[in-house]
Amino acid sequence: MADHSGKNFPTPTKETAPYWEGCRNHQLVIQQCPKCEYYQFYPRMMCTHCSHGYMDWVTVSGNGRVISFTVIRRPISPAYKAEAPYVVALIKLDEGPTMMSNIVECEPEKVFIGMKVNVVFEDWSEDISIPKFVPQK
Amino acid sequence: MNSLNGKVAIVGAADTEVGVVPHMGATQLCVDAALRALDDAGINKEQVDGLITCNSMAEPYMYHAEAIAEYMQIFPRYCLGVGTGGGTTFSVLHHAASAIATGVCDTVLITMADSLHSGLSKEQAMAMQASTGHQQFEIPYGPTVPAFYALAGQAHMAEYGTTPEQFAAIAVACRKHANLNPAAQKREIITVEDVLNSRMIADPLHLLDCSLISDGGSAVVLTSAERAADFKSPPVYLLGVGEGHSHEHISQARNLTTSAAAESGQRAYDMAGVGPSDIDVAQIYDCFTPTVLIELEDLGFCEKGEGGAFVENGNVELGGSLPVNTHGGLLSHCHPGNPGSMFALTEAVAQLRHQAGGRQVKDANISLVHGQGGILSSHTTLILGRDKH
Repeated sequence: MADHSGKNFPTPTKETAPYWEGCRNHQLVIQQCPKCEYYQFYPRMMCTHCSHGYMDWVTVSGNGRVISFTVIRRPISPAYKAEAPYVVALIKLDEGPTMMSNIVECEPEKVFIGMKVNVVFEDWSEDISIPKFVPQK
Repeated sequence: MNSLNGKVAIVGAADTEVGVVPHMGATQLCVDAALRALDDAGINKEQVDGLITCNSMAEPYMYHAEAIAEYMQIFPRYCLGVGTGGGTTFSVLHHAASAIATGVCDTVLITMADSLHSGLSKEQAMAMQASTGHQQFEIPYGPTVPAFYALAGQAHMAEYGTTPEQFAAIAVACRKHANLNPAAQKREIITVEDVLNSRMIADPLHLLDCSLISDGGSAVVLTSAERAADFKSPPVYLLGVGEGHSHEHISQARNLTTSAAAESGQRAYDMAGVGPSDIDVAQIYDCFTPTVLIELEDLGFCEKGEGGAFVENGNVELGGSLPVNTHGGLLSHCHPGNPGSMFALTEAVAQLRHQAGGRQVKDANISLVHGQGGILSSHTTLILGRDKH
């Protein structure tokens, strides 16, 4: 496992634990409403579409497209220095929700809005794996 | 809904020294701004019965407004310290105006200051930046504050063909205005080429597309329109105010290129009974250049997608069709963090009093002031007038 010490590790909550457990298993697990079938991200105790009070957890395709991105030239902290310049992007999943991530395994100059991407997982510790995205082959 | 149109006036407005002010702490700047605004209004501190402040990052207090009241030994019956700036500054002005109009209090002092340039250690500054964003779903990816706004700028370029040169034109206009403002932190004239040649921070944002890091404070005094005549300085009336709030995190934005300024602006226009073509001078929140461009569209000064063409060719400069940020804005006048919007407000007051000196917009009667905070998250629009209408 590469050294990710000093990075900004996420702190899972009761509400988000199933998502991070999915990531640990290298699966993108998000919420879907059992009543109206709406997919949402990030995890919540209610459906933001129909206000239903309970959400199911489902494994999604991990496919999406870049709706915006930027290239960070100067890292946020020394722990991110090895990755700079790195791409921070917004990815709209095929199921609908948008999430922030990095585009990796791709030259920053080759990233474009509309680019099709799919999820990969970067293991930061035994408990935390971070979903990132690569160009679809 | 009862309208606030014409019911409340700004009767005092003043800034401290701004830019790099190492000889004063954030609390001192906050009190200095307050004293200057009270002097401008011609009243003493005992006449203040409402106080609003924003917290300072350099010298925070758990109860900031109470700390300032204690420092000044004033004992308000209406007292509120807010934790954020940007649009929140004008949201609390909205609250203060409502409090005055409903008789909760008579005279509200809003004073805000911070010393981000001189008062923060490098570690504090980095920690501050790293705390912006969602702890689990954004921050692990290493975004910076410019990066969050860059996402909106990049999306606007892809959707509407907006160019880096057009974003740069906004920075050039603000600097041109700052050149005419002796108080501004950065006054040397810049060109579009200078902006494009400055260091890339987060594509498409160059260093000169980003606002300054400053020390400074600013304050205003509000009272009812009926009482405004009792004060020393000519009143500036609140004609309209509106808010719009769409998200906290940019990854949850409804839309990257249309902000809730569309809602805040319409609400303010409706209250004031005016439209974009009635505005003589505008102060538009300019933490980064794309922010201005998107807000100009959302506030109706041009069609959505045409902001790039609108800001070119000097249109937003003094002498253009809509002078914007005539003090130099956050890009060139100063940006001490949470208090940033206050300087746009005091500049609007100076313009409407016809006291803006070499940067005065001729016959300015109505000014729009727009603040946003978060990452295009929270928006409040004010419309101010020389006359009550």
